[in-house]
Amino acid sequence: MAASIVEEAMRTGAKSPERLAIVGIRRGGVPVAALLASEIAGAEDFAVPTGTIDIALYRDDAATALPDPKIGPSAIDFDVSGRDVVLVDDVLQTGRTVRAAIDCLLDYGRPRRIWLAVLFDRGGRELPIAADFVGRPVEIEETAKLEVFWDDAGAPLAARVSAAKVTPR
Amino acid sequence: MTRPFRHQHLLGIEGLEPQDVIQILDTAEVFFEVSRRPVRKVPTLRGKTVINLFYEASTRTRTSFELAGKRLSADVVNISTSTSSVKKGETLLDTVRTLEAMHPDVVIMRHAASGAPHYVSERVGCSVVNAGDGQHEHPTQALLDAFTIRRKLGTLAGLTVTICGDVAHSRVARSNALLLSLFGSKVRIVGPRTLLPPMGESLGVEVFDRLEPALEGANVVMVLRIQQERLAGALLPSLREYSRTFGISPRSLAAAPDDALIMHPGPMNRGVEIEPSVADGARSLVLDQVEAGVAVRMAVLYQLAGEAGSAPARA
Repeated sequence: MAASIVEEAMRTGAKSPERLAIVGIRRGGVPVAALLASEIAGAEDFAVPTGTIDIALYRDDAATALPDPKIGPSAIDFDVSGRDVVLVDDVLQTGRTVRAAIDCLLDYGRPRRIWLAVLFDRGGRELPIAADFVGRPVEIEETAKLEVFWDDAGAPLAARVSAAKVTPR
Repeated sequence: MTRPFRHQHLLGIEGLEPQDVIQILDTAEVFFEVSRRPVRKVPTLRGKTVINLFYEASTRTRTSFELAGKRLSADVVNISTSTSSVKKGETLLDTVRTLEAMHPDVVIMRHAASGAPHYVSERVGCSVVNAGDGQHEHPTQALLDAFTIRRKLGTLAGLTVTICGDVAHSRVARSNALLLSLFGSKVRIVGPRTLLPPMGESLGVEVFDRLEPALEGANVVMVLRIQQERLAGALLPSLREYSRTFGISPRSLAAAPDDALIMHPGPMNRGVEIEPSVADGARSLVLDQVEAGVAVRMAVLYQLAGEAGSAPARA
């Protein structure tokens, strides 16, 4: 997935991947973002600015679900304006998290464009949102729970994909 | 932070447990970052209404609460008694009931009578935040002080904090002493005997009537404002004498450790309780406290507004 992101960045006008930035959505997207950043750093010899956002404050069910006790910090210590930002999450389902993440990201500046990369796309969208980069689509029942398991750090992405388990409820 | 906040109101530090305080401070860390973004606003409390009801003059606390509400996208209304029907003789309860009929989610209240927010909180359905009641409590000030200390020193435990000045009349001192004791920090109070609470020791604080020993080994020195009206009440002979005996200056600070931090809730009387060179010095956290104030009040509103939304309104 890292290679295709860099390829896409080059194809859509960037002379180099220097405009790229990666932002992981807490918490599942953070390790995926870190992995992507390290793969790109390894392949391109280039350190991609990486940040983290928490969407608790941007949820669309705020009126009924507040306060969200799982609220956590956002950290973007670079200027997102003019950049090609890859939003990263582990699993894409309804699209509501991504909608909130886009709103949050725009409060940090005006990116040139925003891409969405997810490890697993399990379908079940409730908003018109699509991923630009998908590690692997998965077909499971709508009510089933998809958990992403990580083995020891440093293992390649491919090995991690096979570590995903479908655990019916 | 794995459970919702347990309280409908924030009336004082009294009644809070350490985990309640930690929950507010941890949430405030998130909002501290929000206040430093290019867009300093999140949509979280969209559609919620916050009323600032101030029966006492206040600029910084009211502004701080107002900004906190606005940065959370709540609608904030300010009511100060000098321009309201209170002038026409309306009682506190009638004022609050009238406001409640407009369906606010949170009423933030400052009042000269100790216990006024408690009285109101038992008679309305919305959340009540105490923004200072008489000589009783000022919980958000203590929380923002704790936030500032924790950011600088990394902990609230095992510290020695010296509170200097008019402790007897200070709701700030009271709330701070309660909060710091929750975490096992030692609190010392120092000032002229006339301005110290009569039974200080029984509150679990160490009482000093001389500045020098009170500053020895202190991690934090909290300086309180000397109010002019104490002169009229004959509790102080003169501001000059106070300044010479208890003023925090480079000279008096020689008794404190070199890295002792200086705090003041404001507004400051420069040259009375604190020398300008100390107030503006490298160890002064005065402006950090102001910045922390907005973040901490955002955290309080965030925790309470959700609670209020799920609570049934009283008929």
